[in-house]
Amino acid sequence: MPLELIEDPSLGSDKREGLWTLNFGPQHPATHTTLRLVLQLDGEMVIDAEPDIGFLHSGFEKLGEVLDFNQYVTIVDRMNYISPLANEIAWHHSVEKLLGIELTPRCKYIRTIFAELMRIHDHLLCTGTCVLDLGGATAFMYAFNEREAIYEICERASGQRFHTSYTRVGGLLYDVTDDWVEMVKKYCKNFPKAFRDFEGLVMKNRIFVERTRDVGVLSKEDAIAGGATGPVARASGVVRDLRRDEPYLAYDELDFDVCASQGGDCYARFQVRMMEMLESIKIIEQAIEKLPSGPIYAAGTGKETIPDKREVYRSIEGLIHHFEGIMPNRQMASPKDSVYAATESPNGELGYYIVGDGSFRAYRARTRPPSLLHFSLFARMMRGCMLSDVVAVLGSINIIAAELDR
Amino acid sequence: MSNQPSTNKAVPGSTSQMESTKANLVAALPGIELTWSVFCDQDRVVFPAGSLLKVLKACKSAGFDQLTDLTAVDLLEYGNAADRFEIVYCLLNVDSGLRLIAKTHLSEPDLTIPSATQVWFGADWLEREVYDMYGIIFDGHPNFKRLLLPQEFQSFPLRKDYPVKGRGERHNFPVVTRAES
Repeated sequence: MPLELIEDPSLGSDKREGLWTLNFGPQHPATHTTLRLVLQLDGEMVIDAEPDIGFLHSGFEKLGEVLDFNQYVTIVDRMNYISPLANEIAWHHSVEKLLGIELTPRCKYIRTIFAELMRIHDHLLCTGTCVLDLGGATAFMYAFNEREAIYEICERASGQRFHTSYTRVGGLLYDVTDDWVEMVKKYCKNFPKAFRDFEGLVMKNRIFVERTRDVGVLSKEDAIAGGATGPVARASGVVRDLRRDEPYLAYDELDFDVCASQGGDCYARFQVRMMEMLESIKIIEQAIEKLPSGPIYAAGTGKETIPDKREVYRSIEGLIHHFEGIMPNRQMASPKDSVYAATESPNGELGYYIVGDGSFRAYRARTRPPSLLHFSLFARMMRGCMLSDVVAVLGSINIIAAELDR
Repeated sequence: MSNQPSTNKAVPGSTSQMESTKANLVAALPGIELTWSVFCDQDRVVFPAGSLLKVLKACKSAGFDQLTDLTAVDLLEYGNAADRFEIVYCLLNVDSGLRLIAKTHLSEPDLTIPSATQVWFGADWLEREVYDMYGIIFDGHPNFKRLLLPQEFQSFPLRKDYPVKGRGERHNFPVVTRAES
């Protein structure tokens, strides 16, 4: 039956008898984590897709009301665990906006470098697994090889490979060392070659192109009204990038292009992500060249930031300073007001709406997760596609269930 | 593939563009009490819940074509707030980059407000999540039910009177065996 006929509201339920229902997930290799889809199919054509989410709901936002601004960073890490540092940067960006803290130039640059490394990290996983779901296991290995190198860079800076918890209010846990700078430089040098190998395996692969082109199309109007952001919106022709349009960190001092496409299909989303990885390398190269010296913690009244560990252990003033920053009854007071601030995370606009109540923790810490808005558009993208396209569309919008459900 | 050069850099906060948008909104909504404020370069407006749809439609006509976020805050323990809930609409004009945060207040017992899905369809899941967490009912929503929690869940966990450790729901959750299913 043609799609228009099935969608006709005057059609009685008996005419829908030919449709069958298929349960997809919550445990399916292509969902990557736990999410469930209830598909209405006409033969192999998808008529309707109803996502059923919440399997990973863990009350992160409730915890945000209990933990202080520094403690909660360990929780935001676990939202989009594909690019943990991007979450941390977004969270502390909002907190610093609420508290009115201006970062030091060195801190800004280190965070910018990490934000871009995370973009590559995230895009490599998204593109790699998208190809894997469509049957290309080799390209996936190439992508994961490059991700491993980024884990090592994270480990060198923070001591953790995965959940780094590296940012602090007004600063960073540790300053980076010279060999970290060398590691990043080496990464930037090696990445383009690996990227070319990866690109060659995928972008001209006929099977891949035919399974993604004109599949899961999202129009520009739907992308705007549906709240799509980031690579998904840019692939539909919405040329908006918070790094350029609302510059934060050091982005206004760096030169880069915004990658966009007009297609709106899975291939366009894939292409935008591929292009963005090269732009990120360009940004990192510039930032590492310009990396300023100086302190990593913002100067202020002192209470909002934690002092350097060397000061804490070696001087009485440092110890008192640390105490004042940690003890709940002595911490800095936040303004009794609310603020929404967003950063361009790899997946799209990751924003935090924080309500301050005069203590050093949020009265309300709302996450604006890009995955949630993108997944709500899934049914629109799927209409009229084939059953085998489900995995292609799921892979192209990069749903991270931990961020989706929080 | 097009790499477009930097254009239309938006400066957040009350710029001349924002001032003219504000003037348009005030002109389009005669007789509705709008309270404007600015904090951290962000423009906010508080409006009465009764005129919600009028205000949101006027916002959309004024160029705010994307609903970036929709959330709620429980003001139960927040100083001496007059109302129980605050509903927050974060709006964005995609072309110019202007942002506006529109807020309204609700109090018990009537926690019903009109749904914004007819203005921006992206409000769909956001409203379901707010219902799930706070129990606010969005009238006119096409598929109104819980989003994240099980449909049979009784409480609204992000309310301030709900304990952080829960009320034992997980512990007492019925286990369905294979024979019973």
